[in-house]
Amino acid sequence: RSQRDARLQVSAALKEGRVSATELCQRCLSLIKSTGFLNAYVTVAKGTALKQAEESEKRYRRGQPLGVLDGIPFAVKDNFNTAGIETTCASNMLKGYISPYNATVVQKLLDQGAVLLGKTNLDEFAMGSGSTDGIFGPVRNPWSYSRQYKEKAPPKSGSENEESDWVITGGSSGGSAAAVSSFTCFAALGSDTGGSTRNPAAHCGVVGLKPTYGLISRHGLIPLVNSMDVPGILTRCVDDAAVVLGSLAGHDPKDSTTIQDTFKPFELPNLIDVRKLCIGIPKEYHAPGLSSEILALWSKAADLFRDAGAKVIEVSLPHTRYSIVCYHVLCTAEVASNMARFDGLEYGHRADMNKSTESMYAATRREGFNDVVRGRILSGNYFLLKQNYENYFIKAQKVRRLIANDFVKVFASGVDILLTPTTLSDAVPYVEFIKEDNRTRSAQDDILTQAANMAGLPAISIPTALSKRGLPVGLQFIGRSFQEKQLLTVAKWFEKQVKFPMIQLEVKRHDCSVFQHQKSVSFL
Amino acid sequence: EQVTVDVLDHLEHLALVDFRNAEGVERLRKAVQFADQLHEVNTEGIEPMDSVLEDRCLYLRDDDVTEGNCTKELLENAREKIEEYFVAPPGNIPLPKLEERETFLQRS
Repeated sequence: RSQRDARLQVSAALKEGRVSATELCQRCLSLIKSTGFLNAYVTVAKGTALKQAEESEKRYRRGQPLGVLDGIPFAVKDNFNTAGIETTCASNMLKGYISPYNATVVQKLLDQGAVLLGKTNLDEFAMGSGSTDGIFGPVRNPWSYSRQYKEKAPPKSGSENEESDWVITGGSSGGSAAAVSSFTCFAALGSDTGGSTRNPAAHCGVVGLKPTYGLISRHGLIPLVNSMDVPGILTRCVDDAAVVLGSLAGHDPKDSTTIQDTFKPFELPNLIDVRKLCIGIPKEYHAPGLSSEILALWSKAADLFRDAGAKVIEVSLPHTRYSIVCYHVLCTAEVASNMARFDGLEYGHRADMNKSTESMYAATRREGFNDVVRGRILSGNYFLLKQNYENYFIKAQKVRRLIANDFVKVFASGVDILLTPTTLSDAVPYVEFIKEDNRTRSAQDDILTQAANMAGLPAISIPTALSKRGLPVGLQFIGRSFQEKQLLTVAKWFEKQVKFPMIQLEVKRHDCSVFQHQKSVSFL
Repeated sequence: EQVTVDVLDHLEHLALVDFRNAEGVERLRKAVQFADQLHEVNTEGIEPMDSVLEDRCLYLRDDDVTEGNCTKELLENAREKIEEYFVAPPGNIPLPKLEERETFLQRS
């Protein structure tokens, strides 16, 4: 069975009474427990989730569900504020911080009756591309425990532990991607500043949508880079992403960077004709280090569109290779500003230092932030120094315009959608990943995803095929600003063609019996 | 060499975070080296871009009070408070100079 078959049919099941919202919630909670070794969840909100599920059940019994999302369990990356629930950003700086409010996106889902299961793990303050650098430890890619991966692993000598084989989820929204990939929830929120939703989506075999900047409210999303951050949506299929997008998009008076145009939620057509489409293949995305496997898949995908009658042409985005450098400067500069709020006075960690305000701030920040965060703050401050401002910060802003203009030119020339790889390779084993430092890794891994954030464009990663190692590989579509409907329609068509296989997760139960998890058995 | 001890000290003061060790300093040096690639790009006549939404008007709402009165919630997360005040240690005391404070940079 392909992953696409099991979409929000669970919604229909709830409506028809084949499963109750409480049962569904309990099954997800139980699965979260049995997949605890993935370390995807930082906080599980068991009590409130069950309460929400009960309320949903009452509504279904009255025949008055709030909508398609009523009773649907979802998870949220731990950098979104959730009222009454700890929000840590996987940092000591916010350990114990209980949000006094819900981020707008969280509130919107709750208003639709969706059930919040818990908060997911990430790189500290969303800085990283592996979901390995948070205080709760790394997230494990569920595919590490799939039959598909295990079958392809080289035969081991008796003493070798399969423990050392597990691969990363990618990041920084790795917990959310793993949560969706392992069936513990039907949708999860991530954030995307340089690729943080699309990268783990590709590695975990799920759909990762980065909406246009300004479409979805950032109110309550603890900011990294205000001019690039967006909430991201992770689901198992494109139709589900469209449903979630429908409930989240639109102007928020609490976020002045959301556009004021009225957003019309849409349903994606089932019959899609790609003949009128023009697909652009940006040649610069054939980046150094791109695996030959992914290159081949990318090429195959282009052929798929061509064979279906679409126009497929090579295009150029000449400033692509500077995107990562540009991002590095702008990101660290905005981070330096955004992290200044953490001083121990109003919330979060506070050091036991009372000599002076400054020394208390310094001690608090010394104790609260990890190396990665401190490193970015210091770099950012460097680029913002008077003597460097023009040469680095302003320069980067100019390069940003060049990058954004590259896209404008290509879309103006008649291209509707760009097709690119999402990552350079399939997921690497954790032991390999940690050999390089965070900044180097981020610079390598964000290369294909970052430019879309620079230009504010919508982009989506679709699980395409399994690699030689039995791990997911995703391909990315980048669309025009605010043209999510077209983007998702093309993505859905592609998803239907590739029929990405369902993960055959092998999870040991408490009683030590091994069972195969099939979504059809558990949820419908 | 742009990244002198004076600059590093200045950054620690501005950022109120520390480099901590040689690795931290090296991290900055590498970051600057990486960023220097920007200078390869010709940006003659190009305006800096602040926001991708620069062609639109920022939303401004009416100057009406719509929420507030949440003192209790806001104070919940503070460690040190007295009545309705956040308590801070004395201000206007600058961070000790390089020679006087405990910092890795002293040994540079």
